[in-house]
Amino acid sequence: MNTNTRSKLAIPDDLTKRREMLKDRLDPKKQRIVVCGDTGCTVCGSRELVPVIEKVLQERGLAKKVELKIAGCLGFCENGPLVLVFPGAVFYQQVQAEDAEEIVEKTVLQGEIIERLLYTDSADGRKITCAYDIPFYKLQKRVLLETGWYIDPLDIDDYIAHGGYAALAKVLGEMTPEGVIAEMKKAGLRGRGGAGFPTGLKWEFCRASAGDEKYILCNADEGDPGAFMDRSLLEGNPHAVLEGIIISAYAVGAKEGIIYIRIEYPTAVLKIEQAVRQARELGLLGRDILGSGFDFEVAISKGAGAFVCGEETALIRAAEGKVGEPRQKPPYPADVGFGGKPTVINNVETFVNVPLIINRGAAAYHEIGTESSGGTKIFCLVGKVKNSGLVEVPFGTTLRQIIFGIGGGIKNGKRFKAVQTGGPSGGCLPEEMLDLKVDFKDLAQAGSIMGSGGMIVMDEDTCVVDVARYFLQFLKSESCGKCFSCRVGIQRMLEIYERITTGAGSIEDLDLLEELAVTVKDASMCGLGQTSANPVLSTLRYFREEYLAHVRDKRCPAGVCRPLFRYSIDKELCIGCGSCAEQCQAEAIVETEEGSYSINPELCTRCGVCMEICVADAIIKG
Amino acid sequence: MSRQLSDVEDVLQNALNKHGLSVVPLLQEIQEHFRYLPEEVLRMLSRKTGIPLIEIYHAATFYNSLSLTPRARHQIKICAGTTCHIRGGGKLIEEIFQVLGIRPGEITPNGEFMLETVNCLGCCAFAPAMVVDGKYYGNLTPGEVRKILSKLRERAALMEK
Amino acid sequence: MVQIALNGLRVEVDEGMTILEAARFYGIAIPTLCYLEGLSPYGACRLCLVEIGSPGQSKLVTSCTYRVEEGLIVRTDSDWVIKRRKMLIELYLATCPSSKVIQDLASKYHVTSVRFTPWYEDCILCGLCVRMCAEQMQGKAIGFAHRGSNRKVTTPFDKESEVCRLCGGCMYVCPACQSRCQGPQEEQPVCNACLNLQQPCLDYFDDKMCFMDPCVACELDTNRELKVKRRL
Repeated sequence: MNTNTRSKLAIPDDLTKRREMLKDRLDPKKQRIVVCGDTGCTVCGSRELVPVIEKVLQERGLAKKVELKIAGCLGFCENGPLVLVFPGAVFYQQVQAEDAEEIVEKTVLQGEIIERLLYTDSADGRKITCAYDIPFYKLQKRVLLETGWYIDPLDIDDYIAHGGYAALAKVLGEMTPEGVIAEMKKAGLRGRGGAGFPTGLKWEFCRASAGDEKYILCNADEGDPGAFMDRSLLEGNPHAVLEGIIISAYAVGAKEGIIYIRIEYPTAVLKIEQAVRQARELGLLGRDILGSGFDFEVAISKGAGAFVCGEETALIRAAEGKVGEPRQKPPYPADVGFGGKPTVINNVETFVNVPLIINRGAAAYHEIGTESSGGTKIFCLVGKVKNSGLVEVPFGTTLRQIIFGIGGGIKNGKRFKAVQTGGPSGGCLPEEMLDLKVDFKDLAQAGSIMGSGGMIVMDEDTCVVDVARYFLQFLKSESCGKCFSCRVGIQRMLEIYERITTGAGSIEDLDLLEELAVTVKDASMCGLGQTSANPVLSTLRYFREEYLAHVRDKRCPAGVCRPLFRYSIDKELCIGCGSCAEQCQAEAIVETEEGSYSINPELCTRCGVCMEICVADAIIKG
Repeated sequence: MSRQLSDVEDVLQNALNKHGLSVVPLLQEIQEHFRYLPEEVLRMLSRKTGIPLIEIYHAATFYNSLSLTPRARHQIKICAGTTCHIRGGGKLIEEIFQVLGIRPGEITPNGEFMLETVNCLGCCAFAPAMVVDGKYYGNLTPGEVRKILSKLRERAALMEK
Repeated sequence: MVQIALNGLRVEVDEGMTILEAARFYGIAIPTLCYLEGLSPYGACRLCLVEIGSPGQSKLVTSCTYRVEEGLIVRTDSDWVIKRRKMLIELYLATCPSSKVIQDLASKYHVTSVRFTPWYEDCILCGLCVRMCAEQMQGKAIGFAHRGSNRKVTTPFDKESEVCRLCGGCMYVCPACQSRCQGPQEEQPVCNACLNLQQPCLDYFDDKMCFMDPCVACELDTNRELKVKRRL
């Protein structure tokens, strides 16, 4: 069969036949070059790389024989642009356009490894060839992310060849909606968007709601600063998201779905639009899907940019094309949602888990993870950690395993100070909490949240007071402003932080801050307000000493809050080169009589440029 | 003028055919066409559809990507995500203020540059990051920002000539 | 009818009522700023918070939006509620010290100091005027604009509205600007002037219940301090 034909798949058998036709795509010996096409790798030049490889392949007459794929995100962003060469999963990092010819010439044609492009293990200086042997990947459990290494996100046939839409066929052919819901419950699947509500239960509520008209709303409005796992899934494997959505629609009895996606993710928008089009062409969307009598359609709604639209009641309004302001719950969306009708809202990562559960069976799925939270979770491990990128681990993995095992520890030999989980509404956890097992319950008990999976690592140079202030600053403009406690509470907390970080704070301010924070937490209307106090409360709880240093000693130990530290020059170490004085925009550095230099604290703006450029490490901060 | 008006009429009609009375998609469509949301067009939209003008105005001021003022020729977007913040993104904003004299949300008097902050560009591994006219720059220092800006200015000056 | 426990009392209320309506029906006062009979509940001022559920599993909800259900346990003035409410009133007072409504609330709840810098704003964004305009006057001349700390009530493009009929309904319902309090000074956002008020009704009712939401003067009468203490 010519796989280009887009004839509809009328019955489940058609899908199986099509997969059969495509099976040579699974050939493990097939030569393949995979280039990471994610934003991170694009920043350092992967976009320029692709046409060069294409050209080289064409010139060598290899265009047919060797497959070139642009993947969504290979995950190890730190070392981009990344290239994988199959068979063998040879992992090349920091590949530039001029390396393209050599990769084709040596690795593809002769199976030779290019040493200089390999990853070097920071622990023992060993060069590693195969991606699977790199600790960053080896220590993960890449159930959701790995498909990104094989599947072309723009080609539905690639997805089908790798078992795609089999779960849908199984659900429509063999399972009742109640059966699907029971399976989700048994699998222990919990929503990956933040609160971790059991997905099966959510579907059950919506199914039980009165009325025939129901909706599925996919939350792809990932707005947390420092989190991009949903984008990566949408860009890397859009059909898996779509398959999850269709299955959920069957389970709750919805005829229509909406994918609400951030306009700041143009590539993801294109890919999911393409996926929807292809699925429609094959009859996997539309009327009478796979001959089951089940109808379902999906529309794509583009978000105009507002963090608060991630909150479910705000999301509903935004998807309706209105101003995305939350409303007081109850009623919950499962009763009154999109267009006033019962609606299930799940985020992208949750939907991707759905086909997996159906294919593997709930019991096998739940073998991974903890008792209360089944499966894996993708984290966005960034900050002052050696290996940044997307990390997928089972629930119950400790923070230490993630940060020091997969992440390789702290950059530049600095000391670990805190890890911030859950985005702007999450909390900062200190070193003592590193053995905390990551799941919804334990994180909440520790005063943080899972959120959508941001994980930002901070070292001794980060001031947690400043970090909490930063989050409030973010939330101040991102709150919708509807409810008083959130709008004014955040501004007032920020006011106190301004005092503390400029040296005008007092011990009483800390008590006031705490009292205010719990009020905002208890009294606010939606999730944004209720969690906005987390950064404040968690840092007050674990880093009180640092706050005290700010308000009592008028000192910022990390050297971040500008009025609370000084730069000075160690005369012993200064070699008198004068480059600091040359670079100082404020002209605060002058030569002394002994031939060294000194900094006038009155003029110094504490920009830190002198410290960056000093070759003798003579500039002291403190 | 009348020709222009009928143009606007067409744009509105097209948008309405596509999105019905859904305010945000309508505004997105209008913005795509005019590159911002002209007051007169929004008033026309309100008259044509019966959607209260205040609802249109609220939506237009609520969302980050909608703008009631014309955009500058070069858009500078500094990532204000968490990682960029702890890796020194604030210093970049300070540097741009030194060089161009604008703060986030402002446009240079000659209409050349506009500075915005965005919540997260999603390339945290290369923090701090910025995007100028769609091109990404990562691992930035204030010095590099200065260089990039002066290059842009040179190019702009050449274009003038 | 459904049965609920209202501050320990078993009472019957109509199905579909909100907790606020039920409480007011039974004479229990719950303070509000953004609620007005005849306008849709909005849940923005957060003052009407009440505690629901059995102790240990309880939570705070806005009584103006929460509908009663069979067996619901409601406490309108538990310690938890009062603590949070007092903090909210302190925030209101710091935001908008010139409002008599807010000064009265502060007096009632014994909020006698403000630990924040006073802002002297004219608006608390309760949205009464916006709903009044849209729902009662069918005007839609004013509404909200912007977001977060920049949110405000305004007309389109901050210009005179073409659809406004100058009915004044918006001003009539405003709790912040309608009756200005002359008390507070720049450095002292709490006026405490109301503490000197004489109860206007005392002559008629002596110390009998007047069946009204107790007015500030009555609440703060020194002879009744005991009663006030029990309430708070």
